[in-house]
Amino acid sequence: MTTSVAPPAAAGARDGALNQPVIELADVTAQVQRRVVWSGATFNVRPGSFTAVVGPNGAGKTTLLKLLLGLTQPAAGTVRVLGESPRRGHRQIGYVPQRRALDPDTPVRGCDLVALGIDGHRWGFRLPRARHVHDAALAAAIDAVEAEPFADRPIGRLSGGEQQRLLLAQALAGGPRILLLDEPLASLDVRNQVAIAHLVDRVVRERGVATLMVTHDVNPILGVIDQVVYIAQGRVVAGTPSEVVTTATLSAVYGAQVEVLRDSHGHVFVVGLDQEAAHPHEQ
Amino acid sequence: MIATAPGTQLTWNIASDIAELFRYDFMRNAFIAGTVVAVVAGVVGYFVVLRSLAFAGHALSHIGFAGAAGGVAVVAAFFGGGAAALAVGSIVGLLVFTVGAGVVMGVLGNRIRGRDVVIGIVLAWTLGLGVLFLNLYNGYATEAYAILFGEILGISSVAVVVTLVAGVVTLAAVVALYRPLLFASLDDEVAAARGVPVRFLSIAFMVVLAIAVSEAVQVVGVLLIFSLLVTPPAIAERLTVRPPLVIALSVGLAVAFTWLGLAVAYYAPYPVSFFITSIAFATYLVVRGVGAVRERSRLADVARGEGTRVEAA
Repeated sequence: MTTSVAPPAAAGARDGALNQPVIELADVTAQVQRRVVWSGATFNVRPGSFTAVVGPNGAGKTTLLKLLLGLTQPAAGTVRVLGESPRRGHRQIGYVPQRRALDPDTPVRGCDLVALGIDGHRWGFRLPRARHVHDAALAAAIDAVEAEPFADRPIGRLSGGEQQRLLLAQALAGGPRILLLDEPLASLDVRNQVAIAHLVDRVVRERGVATLMVTHDVNPILGVIDQVVYIAQGRVVAGTPSEVVTTATLSAVYGAQVEVLRDSHGHVFVVGLDQEAAHPHEQ
Repeated sequence: MIATAPGTQLTWNIASDIAELFRYDFMRNAFIAGTVVAVVAGVVGYFVVLRSLAFAGHALSHIGFAGAAGGVAVVAAFFGGGAAALAVGSIVGLLVFTVGAGVVMGVLGNRIRGRDVVIGIVLAWTLGLGVLFLNLYNGYATEAYAILFGEILGISSVAVVVTLVAGVVTLAAVVALYRPLLFASLDDEVAAARGVPVRFLSIAFMVVLAIAVSEAVQVVGVLLIFSLLVTPPAIAERLTVRPPLVIALSVGLAVAFTWLGLAVAYYAPYPVSFFITSIAFATYLVVRGVGAVRERSRLADVARGEGTRVEAA
């Protein structure tokens, strides 16, 4: 929580500009352990928009999220998140990291996990008098992801899709304006991928939460996204899907001749790369 | 010192049997210290299991052995060999070594997860160090036995007070850390992004664990520490999944094992540690067995349910 008194001009600008971008990157270079991962990233994210962050494994997609979370610092350029420099523990950002397999015996219910998204950062136990407000917020978060049927079951015994829903609820429980999702569709079957994609899309539209979803396969969300950020070969391009996912743009990104093919359902395939980069959908 | 009071025998009068348990000071001290230790171990053990720190707890207890032996040796060398002084030296040595090692482990944090070989090598060396310290002090066998296997019946009134104070401090720390510690234990990445001081919690919890281990060593000894620190929460998490309930159950089990062990050992000529560990292990087996049977019948129900649904369709 910032308690500094903003100068009147800045406060006015913030109130007036509802369409002010929630994320702004200007010529940003990202590094991991002093090694440059990508550079020249310039793009904005509007409030309540849905952005896909796409690219081959190891291209630096997660690094982008860590940058926005204030967990790593840019080597160059400026990053603004909600009008200020990124910092850890921003209450307005919901984050779902890449999912690891949970121990099936983890002695915690789904709703316990969601509850931590509301007040897990506070010291001590939850006070009894805070319980009423807490329960209402918890129920709303679980309802938003349609997780009531399994929210009381042990988290480790749930399916990948069910766990993903609860993690999403945890991220939403704090009432964020920005949602950062790292590969939420990985290791889900196609039916669950579509279900989660639609769920996220609904959250974006109904709650006006600006969402960045990292994915190595853009196809499940191609129909619902407003913007694509494509990261490959140390370069970053951003734009609408029809601007970015084209033969010309991606050839420029990869620095090699690639071709974007479309099938009859509108799914896109990038071909013409070497093995590692050519099949980003396979792991 | 296998302290069975002479001439104590079970009667059929349960009330007088129980009253008999509290007739001597050494038994009252043992019950007080044992209860404090069990409560602390039950609470701290929940997070040990959740954070997969069982081996770290084990390592801390071995490092504590060197500390306790060193404390005894120092006290014997500089302050003479009075029993109470030796006991205090043992506790202080335990605390200093385990807390020091706990801080190191906490600072290393994730870097030591999965480094079982390194931990094993270090703890083997500290055991060797402990043997040397014991050798420097002449009352070799008794002290070694007490540290390795616990000597709750011989606990001094001073040690009871130290245990009580340390117990209250650890419990207060866990209460204060509870929510962020739970958050960081379940998902340190999200917790860190939410501003939870994950690294501080890692160090703070290792200090809490070090103190809890030091206390539990007095009851069950270095070698049997799991029976109070790991077995109760491991049983509890098989019975319920609500975090506060798991902790309450874990505490209840640890206290029950300690009380039962003390009571049985009072009437039987065998060590308390043996009874505590055996009761804990037997309970674990029963709970696992019942769980397996229930799981099988649940699966059978599910299978039957699916069958009916297919028929109905």
